[in-house]
Amino acid sequence: MSEPSNLVYTLHVNGHASDVRDAWLGESLLYVLRERLGLMGSKGACEQGECGSCSVLVDGELVCSCLVLAAGAVGQQIITIEGVAPAGAPSDVQQAFVDAGAVQCGFCTPGLIMATHSLLERSPEPTEYEIREELSGNICRCTGYGRIIEAVQRVAVARRGAQ
Amino acid sequence: MIDTALSADVRAGRLGHSTLRPDGVAKVQGTFQFSGDLTADGVLWGATLRSPHPYARIVRIDVSGAWKITGVEAVITADDVPGVMTYGLIDQDQPVFASDVVRFVGEPVAAVAANHPDACRRALDAIVVEYEVLQPLTDPEKAVDGSFEAIHPLGNVFRQQRIVRGDQTIEGPIVVEGSYELGMQDQAFLGLEAALAVPDAGGAGVELHVATQWLHEDRKQIAACLGMADEQVRLVLGGVGGAFGAREDISLQVHTCLLALRTSRPVRMAYSRQESFLGHVHRHPCRITMRHHADHDGRLLRVEARFVFDGGAYASTSSAVLVNGITHAQGPYKCDNATVDGWAVRTNNLPCGAMRGFGVVQACFAHEAQMDKLAAAVGLDPLEVRLRNAMETGDRLITGQVVESVAPVARLIRELAAMPLPSEPVGGHDLNPMRLPGGAGRTADVGNVRRGIGWAVSIKNLMYSEGFDDYSTARVRLADGIATVKFATAEVGQGFVTLAGQIARSVLGVDEVVLDQIDTQVGSAGSTSASRQTWMSGGAVDGACRLVRERMFERVATLHGLDPLGLVIEGTEVVDTVSGLRLEVSEATAGIEFDETFEHHHRPTEDLDEFGQGNCHTAFAFAAHRAVVDVDPELGLVKVVEVATVQDIGRALNPLSITGQIEGGIAQGVGLAVMEEIIQLNGHVKNASFTDYLLPTFLDMPDVVIGLVEEPEPQAPLGAKGVGEPPTVSSTPAVVAAIRDAIGKDLTRVPVRPTDIVFG
Repeated sequence: MSEPSNLVYTLHVNGHASDVRDAWLGESLLYVLRERLGLMGSKGACEQGECGSCSVLVDGELVCSCLVLAAGAVGQQIITIEGVAPAGAPSDVQQAFVDAGAVQCGFCTPGLIMATHSLLERSPEPTEYEIREELSGNICRCTGYGRIIEAVQRVAVARRGAQ
Repeated sequence: MIDTALSADVRAGRLGHSTLRPDGVAKVQGTFQFSGDLTADGVLWGATLRSPHPYARIVRIDVSGAWKITGVEAVITADDVPGVMTYGLIDQDQPVFASDVVRFVGEPVAAVAANHPDACRRALDAIVVEYEVLQPLTDPEKAVDGSFEAIHPLGNVFRQQRIVRGDQTIEGPIVVEGSYELGMQDQAFLGLEAALAVPDAGGAGVELHVATQWLHEDRKQIAACLGMADEQVRLVLGGVGGAFGAREDISLQVHTCLLALRTSRPVRMAYSRQESFLGHVHRHPCRITMRHHADHDGRLLRVEARFVFDGGAYASTSSAVLVNGITHAQGPYKCDNATVDGWAVRTNNLPCGAMRGFGVVQACFAHEAQMDKLAAAVGLDPLEVRLRNAMETGDRLITGQVVESVAPVARLIRELAAMPLPSEPVGGHDLNPMRLPGGAGRTADVGNVRRGIGWAVSIKNLMYSEGFDDYSTARVRLADGIATVKFATAEVGQGFVTLAGQIARSVLGVDEVVLDQIDTQVGSAGSTSASRQTWMSGGAVDGACRLVRERMFERVATLHGLDPLGLVIEGTEVVDTVSGLRLEVSEATAGIEFDETFEHHHRPTEDLDEFGQGNCHTAFAFAAHRAVVDVDPELGLVKVVEVATVQDIGRALNPLSITGQIEGGIAQGVGLAVMEEIIQLNGHVKNASFTDYLLPTFLDMPDVVIGLVEEPEPQAPLGAKGVGEPPTVSSTPAVVAAIRDAIGKDLTRVPVRPTDIVFG
């Protein structure tokens, strides 16, 4: 086995070990996910942690991947939008966003899906205030947020009913 | 034109049903490809060098340093533009690259292509541009009065237009006047400008995948700058992450194509957020003075107004924004006499052009403040003064144009007034600090907070104006019960892809609709702007589907010896109303393809004459808004509690989509009212980031209550009016009126800043 000399580090993304090659150590996790690993689902819209479009989970914690150095995430479990559910089989949160009309242009959507999953893990039945505060790190310019709040509430109700 | 049989049809996927987006699952799963997600084998990155000065002469450009950076494959300047050196939507006055003078901070001077974004950045840093810095023109009044030297060969006034109507001598017993100002708003779509250009072999042409609002107009401008025929430039819509007007103009399109053709390799360009603030046009800052004359009953006798729109460095659509502003100066009210003077001028501020509401946002902020002043002056309720003046179908605008559109202004106001006010007190029933002004900062003392209620009503033109034939084209093929629909309509998030399928299903009686790629391989759709695509591209898809249906009916009639005029679609069947014969559409189209293309044109419009008279607009939509706010007058903080609205929509083709447009439009109106402004000091931009340019978040957004008035519009092909802009137009003045109501101050400027509330 010929180990290439350009291997820089290995990331654990969506349950797989992914080798990052040719990388400059200063690259953000967002850049490496998108441009080196081809995971284009995480979006960059502000590059300074204000909009949440690039949200991913690192060891279960919701972070803005534009603010995390990829090389600093070695050894941690990274979950991106691509790891939430198999393509064509959306998660309950994903389906609720579609059904409730929470998607327009869709650019903020992957980040909001990540933030919503994280919120409902920590707080299965959030109040409306809680939803607003917890998701306030994710900016949406199209919807005015009303249908997104509706989607989150639908999931909370459905999950409670399923218990 | 209205097929009333469709109105009752709420079968899933048909018109009237809240059909879900066809791209929804891809968007929630992150697999939908936005233009910034597109790449290709051997792709290079492109980047743009921009002017740091608002106004300067370029003495020298030395790009030799850029070539020394590893990975650089191309460095281009104005010398490398093979075709027309300038572009623009109405007047082509904006250089592809500045060569002699830079006229705004952020104006492109050079571009590079390299194998990594950081190589691009280093290459840009290595380009030396020597500038002779000049004193910028930043006060639009100096452009109006001619006291500043021309900063462009075409001068400092983009357009001056008067409106003079009726008796110019009428003075009212009641006169109210005010001066108003609006700051520069940014569209702030989330999906930054991005494109992928792929050159044809031998440089014979180029294919550009780009997020835009109008593929064919882009192509025309790009081809001219590349020195190519239109056919050599193919545009494909890259996934669009919002637009709101900011993608109507050229930004990186020509640069990306030039770099790809120069390197004979695919090139990606993607703006940063800071670059996006500098690289697209914005909503015009505007100063307005108005004087309303009325009788003692509060009926308008005459409106006088003066508008100055700051268009920034290049023309873009400033001349059309100006006409929209001044022709809407009276608002949705009867008024026979008017004197309006308007200017759109050039300065060294950021260029301005289209943003949702397009000049009417500015007019509405002023005329609604005036209506409140008038109400106070005559001792009437703000709603009563509006009802007494409410425009009706058949009334004339101050341009002399008769409003032929459905104009249910009084009904909007009455239905809005009947909506219950929010039941919760200041801070909510459980006194949650998150519901107080300042929210998470937990600074407001509930005892100091005052509640206010404000109202605003708007009229907004739909489609393009002043003689422009902004037609739309659609091609529909039907075979084996499957309809394939092709159009060049830019889907920017608004949901035309949903509506197109609904139309095809309703007209053709099919369940399965395939949407072809959105590109320039079909006729123009016009722009996704001016609330026009439901009407125009909806009309085109409807028209093409009807042609196909006619062909299908003729075939069925021939095969079965029937009269085609007796055939109708019911569900998924062709039904003969005479014999009762029923035939599945899939059967009727088995083994045969019907293929029809249709262009929808709206009725012609006219230019304004020198007195601002003429039938310049196509149609109108109306909306009314009521805002409830809580204000801490000591801290200057505002919590917008609720915005209620009743909107004139013609007909609800997709209620869920309409809800989304209204809630989203109100969010942008609330943003302009209380937080959003690009701040420039002497031409330099101070807040080109999402940290410093404030956008409404989940915590800022009020509850929204929506009422729809469905009075089908006879002129509209589907009976439906566009719904995108009205929510943005009158929500801003409603919020400001509510703040005024809470604290009793004039507040003549938006966004309303804490200092305006405390010290204003």
